[in-house]
Amino acid sequence: MVAHLDSLKFADNAARARADANLQAALSKLQRDTRLARPGIVGRLPEFEALRDRAVEIKNHTLANLDHYLETFEANLADAGGQMHWCRDASEARATILDICRKAGARTVGKGKSMVSEEIALNDHLIAAGLDVVETDLGEYILQLREETPSHLVMPAIHLKKEQIAETFRDFHTDLPADRPLEEPASMTEEARHKLREKFLAADVGITGANMLVAETGSIVVVTNEGNGDLTQTLPRVHIAIATIEKVVPRIEDALTILRILARSATGQEITCYTTTATGARRAGDPDGPEEFHLVLLDNGRTDLLDGAFRDVLRCIRCGACQSACPVYGAAGGHAYGGVYGGPIGAVLGPALAGVDKAWPLPEASSFCGNCQAVCPMRIPLPGLMRKWREVAHDRRLNKARRRIAVSLWGWAARRPGLYRFGARIGIGLLKRLGGRRGRFRSLPFASGWTAERDLPAPEGGTFIDRWKRGRKPGA
Amino acid sequence: MTPSDTPTVGLFATCLVDLYRPTVGFATAALLERAGCRVEVPLRQVCCGQPAYNSGDRAAAAAIARQTIALFEPFDYVVAPSGSCAGMLKRHYPDLLADDGAWADRAGAFAEKCWELTAFLADVRDWTPEGVRWQGDAAYHDSCSSLREHNVAAQPRALLSAVPGATVKELDALDVCCGFGGTFCIKYPGVSGAMVDRKVDDIAATGADTVLAGDLGCLMNIAGRLSRRGLRIRARHVAEVLAGMADGPAIGEGRDEAESGDR
Repeated sequence: MVAHLDSLKFADNAARARADANLQAALSKLQRDTRLARPGIVGRLPEFEALRDRAVEIKNHTLANLDHYLETFEANLADAGGQMHWCRDASEARATILDICRKAGARTVGKGKSMVSEEIALNDHLIAAGLDVVETDLGEYILQLREETPSHLVMPAIHLKKEQIAETFRDFHTDLPADRPLEEPASMTEEARHKLREKFLAADVGITGANMLVAETGSIVVVTNEGNGDLTQTLPRVHIAIATIEKVVPRIEDALTILRILARSATGQEITCYTTTATGARRAGDPDGPEEFHLVLLDNGRTDLLDGAFRDVLRCIRCGACQSACPVYGAAGGHAYGGVYGGPIGAVLGPALAGVDKAWPLPEASSFCGNCQAVCPMRIPLPGLMRKWREVAHDRRLNKARRRIAVSLWGWAARRPGLYRFGARIGIGLLKRLGGRRGRFRSLPFASGWTAERDLPAPEGGTFIDRWKRGRKPGA
Repeated sequence: MTPSDTPTVGLFATCLVDLYRPTVGFATAALLERAGCRVEVPLRQVCCGQPAYNSGDRAAAAAIARQTIALFEPFDYVVAPSGSCAGMLKRHYPDLLADDGAWADRAGAFAEKCWELTAFLADVRDWTPEGVRWQGDAAYHDSCSSLREHNVAAQPRALLSAVPGATVKELDALDVCCGFGGTFCIKYPGVSGAMVDRKVDDIAATGADTVLAGDLGCLMNIAGRLSRRGLRIRARHVAEVLAGMADGPAIGEGRDEAESGDR
């Protein structure tokens, strides 16, 4: 059983992350590499901004006509010999998938990387039902061995150093010589390749996610860098793809437009090593492909977002650019957020999926630096959406009473300029006297949040407005 | 209304300048006058409302926005020595009041007049400093709001390049947040502390003796962490240097340290 941390304890989770030197080194490297790569990625493609605009249009249009495109997709999938399963929530999706596996008489299930499967905790459910489930994406395979969850959307094991991974392989691949060299990523990859090859061949059912659903053809699009998605969907007798409702696009051209910004935003590649479209089950004359194809379509709260203030978040294509670019994610890591999704996208999706009462600290954990919005290929206004969650939390009185009262009092005074100016004069006069000649405070009882990490500069003395009124003398 | 040759500028001091560092307010006024403006400082000004807005108290923020617009809309321009507060006036007031009847139009017209100080001096007034000197190697910190809400990065550097003696040392991670974030740094001191540590490492690595920025929030955060770590690098608002008013104690610097130069 792989458990998530508690989103309500984000601050504690982040404090532990700060003390973890391996994690901090890994996060620093990720963020530095991403930052240095971006000008090249964007600079080499003059139409990058225009592609973003087009992608936003495509998604907005699709979301406005979602019922139409999902029904079109279902009809075209049926023509191609595939079957669609509409699932309202996680438990319906889990039950549907287990049922398909049982009907297929499956013992072994190969899995491609899928964040939706994380969202519904699919592996635990299938394993509890007696199935042998194997993650085939290298990062996910490592995490499965370690009983950890992904900490980044496209680089799930980014929180680990290669030495930790080598140790994990020595612990679990006990049939191999203990003294084999595992210093280089290439040797670890080779070892995982051999281990996974056995599983690909043994799998009765393959489960993958889907980066997009193409309505006009009933096809799914899956991108990977390892080719594991292809082996997972073509070798087993049954292929189950799982996707949420907002993954549909109208036409194959639309999918291609989004693909042009997806990999660039995710990993800095122009395109992923493997981009696969699959349309239904194997037809007569096809050289390969599954005998059965099932598309498990999950809502899990998306319909509620569709009509409300958070609709823009449904444009997300799960590239992880906001995570790689976010300094809070860079300090805390993905696990600190507690839910399936970390970083800015998790701070917006987390309260939607878990309930704002279970995740309200996440949208609070942002300096609103705006870098997430700047890099988001789908131009999702992530800080603005986090601010909307803060408004919900404020209205429902979820955050700390002390803080809420302080903000309310301050807001009340700010609407009474005479009183505000009086209070400012008194407060600053006091603070100036306390500060003396030293110029700063190492600790102050009512400012412990500030002085925990930094000195508080003492004020110069006198407010600007008072001094200006007294005759505009700078040195007063 | 077309601003005349000598436009009247309402100086929005910002609460941190008002409370903590009046020198920046006087420097701002001096710069605006040298750039050919008449400066007015409405005495009933308060905060821009960001603490309420970012804490989810939309009603309080909207009330403060209406009050600020009413107080400042008579001026040709409104200028603040802060990307963050100017961004609240220019970018967020229109959003905040979008469904508020006549206030929506007023907020839109008001936003057009609002400027971050260095952008106003360089872009609107096409002004460069003359007759000021400042000797030092300055690491320039771009605040997130200046960078992303005003597209301000070149302007302060261009202005500083006209000050003899001033050398700008560029940070490695130019566009990364310092961890201030208003109430964020108090709500999540640990995360904010990790962020400002990286910023301080970056500043120290440039070998600069001073860090300059256009936002006092970032500067207080950075100055506080520098002194907590015992690093002797001064922090000042860029307006102090541009106005030739950088001779007093730096942010968080004691009088004794400033006088002995021993920091």
